[in-house]
Parts: sequence; C-alpha cells; structure tokens
Amino acid sequence: MIGLEHYLTVAAALFVIGIFGLFLNRKNIIILLMSIELMLLAVNINFVAFSSYLGDLVGQVFTLFVLTVAAAEAAIGLAILVCFFRNRGTIDVEDVNVMKG
Amino acid sequence: MISADMTTVLPEIFLAIFAMFALLGAVYTGKDATASMLTWATGAVFLALAIWIGMQGGDRVAAFGGTFVSDGFSRFLKVTILLSAAAVLVMSEAYMTRRGLLRFEYPILVALAVVGMMVMVSAGDLMTLYMGLELQSLALYVVASLRRDSVKSTEAGLKYFVLGALSSGILLYGASLTYGFAGTTLFSGILASVTGGASLGLLFGIAFLIAGFAFKVSAAPFHMWTPDVYEGSPTPVTAFFATAPKVAAMGLFARVVFDAFGGVVGDWQQIVAFLSVVSMFLGAVAAIGQTNIKRLMAYSSIAHMGFALMGLAAGTAFGVQAMLIYMAIYVTMNVGTFAFILAMEKDGRPVTDIAALKNYSKREPLQALAMLVLMFSLAGVPPMVGFFGKFYVLRAAYDANMGWLAVSGVVASVIGAFYYLRIVYYMYFGEETEALDGKMNPVLWLFLMGSAAVMVLGVVNLFGIEPLAAAAAATLVN
Repeated sequence: MIGLEHYLTVAAALFVIGIFGLFLNRKNIIILLMSIELMLLAVNINFVAFSSYLGDLVGQVFTLFVLTVAAAEAAIGLAILVCFFRNRGTIDVEDVNVMKG
Repeated sequence: MISADMTTVLPEIFLAIFAMFALLGAVYTGKDATASMLTWATGAVFLALAIWIGMQGGDRVAAFGGTFVSDGFSRFLKVTILLSAAAVLVMSEAYMTRRGLLRFEYPILVALAVVGMMVMVSAGDLMTLYMGLELQSLALYVVASLRRDSVKSTEAGLKYFVLGALSSGILLYGASLTYGFAGTTLFSGILASVTGGASLGLLFGIAFLIAGFAFKVSAAPFHMWTPDVYEGSPTPVTAFFATAPKVAAMGLFARVVFDAFGGVVGDWQQIVAFLSVVSMFLGAVAAIGQTNIKRLMAYSSIAHMGFALMGLAAGTAFGVQAMLIYMAIYVTMNVGTFAFILAMEKDGRPVTDIAALKNYSKREPLQALAMLVLMFSLAGVPPMVGFFGKFYVLRAAYDANMGWLAVSGVVASVIGAFYYLRIVYYMYFGEETEALDGKMNPVLWLFLMGSAAVMVLGVVNLFGIEPLAAAAAATLVN
C-alpha cells in the first residue's frame, strides 16, 4: 500500500535533487532552470498528496497556481538568459562572473 | 458579500487596471515617447493611492473568506511602500531619460511590482502570499536587467532570477508542509492549529518559510545575491530595490510569523534572532572593503535588515512597532542617499567609486552637508533620526529579555559606523583626485535635502509616526 509518507519521501528527494542541481552544477544555466522546475514540481507533489490525504481541495487549487507561476517564471528566466547570451556569448555557469560577490 | 470584498481590494485593483491600461495606451501610441509622462503619472497615482489608503480608517477587514486582510498594519506598510516607490520613480526619470534607458515598460513594471507588494502585506492565506510575492519578484527580475545591452545588468537579472526562484521554491516547500500539517492554508486556521505547541512538521514548515523570507529581505546567510544585483542593476533600479521591496518583504515576514505562528513565538524567535545577529555583523564587516558605493549600500541594507529583524525577534507588539518605525526611517534615509548617488557623475557618465567623492565638500558644501547628515543617520549617530530607529529595536530586544541581542547590535553598529564615516572623511578631508563634475538635477536635490532635513527635524517627534506604528503593531500582535 502506498501511503502519504511515500509521496512525501519522493517529493523531498526531488526537492533535494533540485537544490543540489542548483549548487553543484558547474556547466550550463539551462540546467539551473531545470533544477528550479524540479523543485517546484516536488512542491506540487507535496500539495497534491496532502490534499488527497486531508480530503481538502485547497492543496490542488494551490498546485494550479504554482504551475501557472512556474510557467511565467520559466518564460522570464529564458528571456533574461537570451539577453545575457547576446551580451556575453556564452551561457556557462562559470562565465556568470563579471561581478564577484 | 462580493461587493464588500471588492471594496477592500479596491486600491490594488485600481493600480493593476491602471498598469494594464498604461501598457495598452503606451503600445498603441508613442511607445517610449510617452515613457517620461507615464513615469510621472505612475508616481502621481502612487501618491494618490497612498493618501487614499492613509485616510482609510477602521478595524481589521478580512475579505474573500479571510484570504485578504486589510488592517492598520497593512495600511501602514502600504503607505510606506507607495510613497517610497513614488519617490524612486520620480527620481529615476531624469537619470534614465539622459541615458536612453527610460522605456515605457519601466513605470508599468514598477506599478505591477507595487501591486504585488500591496497584496503581500495584506496576505491572509498562503496562496495570497505566494501570488503577491511572485507578482513582485517577476516584475523585479525584469527591471534588474532593464539595461539589455549591458553584461552587468543582464548578469544581475540572471543572478537575481536564479536565486529568487530558489528562494520561492524553498518558501513554497515550507508552505506545502505547513498546509499538510495544519490542514489549511488560511493564517487564522494555522494559528488555531498551533495553539498548545506546533508539531514537528509545522516546525519544518516555518523554518523553510523563514528561510524563503530571509532571501527576500536579504538577511545573512541568504544575502549573497544582494551585492551583485545592487551593483549590476541600473542605479534607479538599485534605489528601488533598496526601498519598497524590503518594506514589503519585512511586512510579509511579520505577517506570517505573527498571524499564522503567533502562538509559538518561542519556536521561531531563535531563528529570527540568529538571522538578525549574522546580518548585522556581516553587513558591517563586509562593507568595510568595498570601493563601489552601490555595493556598499547593498551591505548597508543587509546590516539594516538585521536591525529590523531584531525588532521582530523580540516577538512583542513593541518589537513590531520598532520594526515598522525602523523600516520607515530606513526607507527615508535610502531615498536621500540614492538621490545623491544618482547625481554622482563625471563627463556625463555615472560614477560609483567612493574615491571620486574626495574633497567633495569644497565644490558642493550644501550637498556634502546633507550627505553627512544622511551618513550619520545611517550609522546611527545620536542626534539624527537613524539613532532613534536603532534605539527602538534595541529597547524592544532588551525588553524581551534578549540583552545579548541588543549588545551585539550595539557592537555591530559601532563596526558599521566605520564605513559610513569613511565616506564623510573622503568628502571633507580627502585629497582631490578626479572630481565629479555633474550638476544635480533639481528633483534629486529636493529629495536629498528633504531626506536630510527629515533626519534632523524628525528628532522632535519622528513626525508622529510613533503612535501610528504602535496602532499598526497592535492590530497584528494581540
């Protein structure tokens, strides 16, 4: 029987993979965008699992909002990335280093 | 029922509709030719909305089933946000026009970001919180990379986007855990479910939520995006980042920890106190080595957020009042300081190097004096208003039996005073190397002098914001 904890474990694992993808990835900014998407989807799994477990629809409504915002976020992220590529000619993570912080 | 709900959100709806019609109007007519007029019009709309919201009185109104709350706390913050956004818009107009940066999208994006901020501080539900926060953030990512042909600006936008999206993800994960373990997304429902102690799942939820907020207010150790974004963005955008979004994020922070988790103050108090101490010291120490004034202001804002969080960490109504007063003063000081930074130029090109200020007082004694007042105020030197902001938060921490926090605040502000005083030292005693030659635009001059005057004259009664902040705090904490 697959219960709530299984879903939560999967979501937590995906979320952690997403965070590690952001920090360990040294290659390409597109991979950063994929990692962010992975984190948001992990959250969605959490919401839907809780929603079904609690018998409460609010979690699924929240999921729809998250999906919509994630789409807008990806669009804006790619637009900024295109501008950056035009100026810099590369999208390697290592080359995002004009300013040192 | 619906009409009463609509009345509550009327200012937000009005501003959103204004932004959409402005977009349509600008696209169908002169595009960037209308940008200048549109910037002033947006500033005027902000001002009108601030007056409108400021005149509204009355008790707490919860609209749309409690998902949207209008009370004294949200009104105080909304007025602060609107006024600072209006000031920054008006200040940026001349700067951006001269550098060919003023596109009609700029005021519209700022207006949309402000709608998001107004929704944030009025959130009564995790969903409203998320939608407000994202509306703000998405607009800010775009304005950060407004200078499309500059590597620095697009890099700032990219860094802001990646780290902002990461923080939204962390915040959302906390929201999902909170929802799952409280069984509801309404703050009032969460508050009811934590009475008598929060479960482990809820503690994880609040920890993730606080980590997300700490990113948004740029509190250490989640501050790493701030210096780069401040340096890379066009200066008017940096001025905007340093004011309104900080107020909104701090308001949201207070809203969640008190409205939803007010029953378990002891559980989150330690986290907030930790963020506060780390931010104050990191902001004070890391700013010492900076030569770029925009980066310096970034570290300065990190330190100031540490002080504002100290008020929050106290966990009392007086602490929230101190936080509100601190944010209002912080915003006023920053508007004045950025008015000065916007006017720093040589041969028509913006200069951000601190060394360029050497011996500035010989050329522009009055402006140097105003900047001296602002720097003293930022550092918290006693006769200025900035001192009273610090005094309030320190007292709040002390009253809440967090004497160690107050003591470390005093130590951090002494360290921080060094780099503010260094700017003053350069202006009055530095050996002149390559002087600035720009003439200050009258609008900037007005804001610089106004802000400096407020820092001096405000010592009388802080312009009466103290009782207002107390009333606002009382609606949040009870």
